[in-house]
Amino acid sequence: MDHLDQLEQQSVYILREAYKHFERLCMLWSIGKDSTVLLWLARKAFFGHVPFPLVHIDTSFKLPEMIQYRDRLALEYKLQMVVGQNKEALAAKTTYPDTQHLPDGDPNKVTRVQCCAQLKSGALRGTLHGTLPRMRMNLKTGQYDPDPDTEPYTGVIVGARADEEGSRSKERYFSPRDKNNAWDVGDQPPEFWNQFKTDFAAGTHVRIHPLLDWTELNIWEYIQRESIPTVSLYYDQGSGTRYRSLGCGPCQAPIDSTAKNVEDILVELKSGKLRNVAERAGRLQDGKHGLEELRRDGYM
Amino acid sequence: MNFTDDSKREQYQIVIVGHVDHGKSTLVGRLLADTNSLPDGKLEAVRRECLRTDKPFEYAFLLDALSDEQDQGITIDTARVFFKTQARDYIIIDAPGHIEFLKNMISGAARAEAAVLVIDAKEGVRENSRRHGYILSMLGIRQVVVCVNKMDLVNFDAKVFNQIETEYRAFLGEIGAVSPERFIPISGMQGDNLATRSAKMPWYDGPILLEMLDNFQKAPPKVDRPMRMPVQAVYKFTNQGDDRRIISGRIDAGRVKVGDKVVFTPSNKTAHIKSIEGFNTAPRTEIEAGWSTGFTLTEELYITRGQLMSHVERAPLVSTRLRANVIWLGHKPFDPQRDYKLKLHTAAVPVRIHKINKVIDASEAHSQLAKERVDRHDVADLVLETQTPVAFDTVGDNEATGRFVIVDGYEIAGGGIIVSAEEEERDELRFEARMRDFHWVQGGVSANQRAQRHGHRAGLVMFVGGAEAPKHQYARALEKALFDGGRNAYMLDGTNILLGIDADLHFVDATQRELVRRFTEVAFLLLDAGTLVISTTNAIGLADYGDVQALLGDATTIIIDVDPDGKSTAPCDLRIQGNEPEAEVIAKVVDLLGKRQITQV
Ligand SMILES: Nc1nc2c(ncn2[C@@H]2O[C@H](COP(=O)(O)OP(=O)(O)O)[C@@H](O)[C@H]2O)c(=O)[nH]1
Repeated sequence: MDHLDQLEQQSVYILREAYKHFERLCMLWSIGKDSTVLLWLARKAFFGHVPFPLVHIDTSFKLPEMIQYRDRLALEYKLQMVVGQNKEALAAKTTYPDTQHLPDGDPNKVTRVQCCAQLKSGALRGTLHGTLPRMRMNLKTGQYDPDPDTEPYTGVIVGARADEEGSRSKERYFSPRDKNNAWDVGDQPPEFWNQFKTDFAAGTHVRIHPLLDWTELNIWEYIQRESIPTVSLYYDQGSGTRYRSLGCGPCQAPIDSTAKNVEDILVELKSGKLRNVAERAGRLQDGKHGLEELRRDGYM
Repeated sequence: MNFTDDSKREQYQIVIVGHVDHGKSTLVGRLLADTNSLPDGKLEAVRRECLRTDKPFEYAFLLDALSDEQDQGITIDTARVFFKTQARDYIIIDAPGHIEFLKNMISGAARAEAAVLVIDAKEGVRENSRRHGYILSMLGIRQVVVCVNKMDLVNFDAKVFNQIETEYRAFLGEIGAVSPERFIPISGMQGDNLATRSAKMPWYDGPILLEMLDNFQKAPPKVDRPMRMPVQAVYKFTNQGDDRRIISGRIDAGRVKVGDKVVFTPSNKTAHIKSIEGFNTAPRTEIEAGWSTGFTLTEELYITRGQLMSHVERAPLVSTRLRANVIWLGHKPFDPQRDYKLKLHTAAVPVRIHKINKVIDASEAHSQLAKERVDRHDVADLVLETQTPVAFDTVGDNEATGRFVIVDGYEIAGGGIIVSAEEEERDELRFEARMRDFHWVQGGVSANQRAQRHGHRAGLVMFVGGAEAPKHQYARALEKALFDGGRNAYMLDGTNILLGIDADLHFVDATQRELVRRFTEVAFLLLDAGTLVISTTNAIGLADYGDVQALLGDATTIIIDVDPDGKSTAPCDLRIQGNEPEAEVIAKVVDLLGKRQITQV
């Protein structure tokens, strides 16, 4: 058993525990490499099936390749694909891209962090609680119909890794959130061995983190080993740039890299070329404490 | 954070524990800096930030990723930090020392393979130095190194170091905890004896911290032990067009092959492995410890989560009484008058304290407390009693199936290890059941086929209560109602067994246990025939239920206590007074049968 096997087996164990203990379970799928590995692990855990819905929050500013890829995989894997969106904020145009042209200091100018708070954390909260409309893919037509299910989810599987960000390294595999999605970092339940917190009062919900022990390199090694399909945006298509982490078009800068496939990315990661560049460096909303605040607010 | 690790390299999880302010975070920060494991510029950035805010620089700041943590100035949770040496990659879990955060320290330590315990040379052994030492031992962490830190504050004096080592080893010996492998004098702040050997302590010629860590060995693989796999779930994704019925779980120890005969304990059901299932993996005919896998069986068994799969020859222990060491973290004390939930591998059953042998305040030297309950942060040696039998091993035989947590309400309130199975009066009955079940000659019709034909599984509904309680009339009415509803129901009246099977036992000198044994074996045969058995007997009461259960394994039973006086408090599924209309009682039982999935095939 090598190290990747060990990581895989622990993640599978955690996924099965989650499925056992939460009737209202879903998995967040950002389309990025981490949550796509998570989706693959779910198929491992459940012998080719994914017995719970996948939830994607569509800010409407995602790069088009991401949406095409999402829908292709949803059809191919027969996923219960649920999409949520903050339509109100989009209609009101209170977003960063919509207000960028305004002069600095204009009260209507929306910052990147405020934009994330609406289109991501806000939309996520509403979608999980069922207070925002959900759309569900009809596997026969490939179209999205209104989801008749508006019940809240109580267990949410998330692809967070401990090596990504300082604050993530404080997570548990099973981490309760209160009614407002808030995360009480100071008072977390104990995790003895492989016994997780699986009993909870009505109103709380639990975030489940099967990838906590994985590193960025592990993720790519696993993608290679299992031949997991990934979005083309991760690879240089001839421009000498590629995305290292995927977000919204207006807030996501590609990095300089000529890695054209998984092998190249692995060479790049191991060579130490990216060593001094934080993984989310291309994400422009992450200034000091920005991410931390978003996380407390429920952002992944 | 570094990205130069590699999946072929060994990964090793260590935990850093010790009393607050003794220098854990400093030690970790310094290790990161000295092994070149920080992103470039991080150290300088923190130094600059300190200058700007006019705070003295601390290595500990490197770890303080969380804003509120910086505000409070104490490490509040188990951060995971990566660093590497020539030998391997380390995940350090920086466990906090503040007493309030003991549960976080445990979460960190429970995942670790080795531990570094930090003691301040100037302050000496303190409350949490002791408590953490005990907990490491209880958690089963055998590779422990003690760093006597801040040697710079005591002039790098060998005497101070030796004195702390002697005192600390004596304390652990006294409370029966495992003594650490080695003590190392260090200064976290100045980097002495962490990554480089200190010139200031020529009197110390043992390994320095990094050498010590690199020398720790991975626990040997558990493949050569008796096979154990707690059943995590049984999957059947029929609506996806998949008819496989897959018994899933993670193998904790040993190995198993296609064709092997396995037993599920405590149900004692046996079957043969038909296939090993997986997704996107090469087909396998054999699999071993560490894998989260799944099996199909040649015989169709009704198996549920919490059963422990093993080979027949080396089956686990079964009991309702466990001798255990427990650390309690609940806000409310662990109270012998109350029921809790025991989670042991994948089993979850109601549990109660049967007996407290002793309670130890692990923070004090010489500290045995005479107590009737276990308070927050106490450690206790006690006997637990579960409501239904569980399968397990002693922690010495197999850790994963010898450890448990106790849940109070919604919270994990304690954790512990099983030291031994308590001898029980029922051990003989249990042995009888095992021998019977292991060697049972199967007919050509499976339980599942019978269930399909009958439209329900087998089950036992027991009416119990004193001789004056109107049990018989309810049992009769229930049998009739179920039969009319198309069920294969049969009323087993205890009197009929006394008349025939027990005719050789002179009623007066017959032991109660033998009466119960015979009654239960008769019921067992009827259950094997797929019948819904409704029993009513004066001779066998609630007090005998443990014996009945020992013989029946995991057969579904529903107990109805008919109690006109309203005095009975023992656990049962339904308690009635005896004046309720029959139809009402029948409706309740039918509901229970549905809930227990007897009438849902
Ligand atoms: N003189 C001296 N001070 C130290 C040393 N290690 C830690 N300290 C100081 O002890 C205090 C507590 O250290 P910290 O690492 O935060 O302790 P923790 O609570 O165990 O994580 C800080 O002020 C450190 O600067 C050492 O080796 N020598």
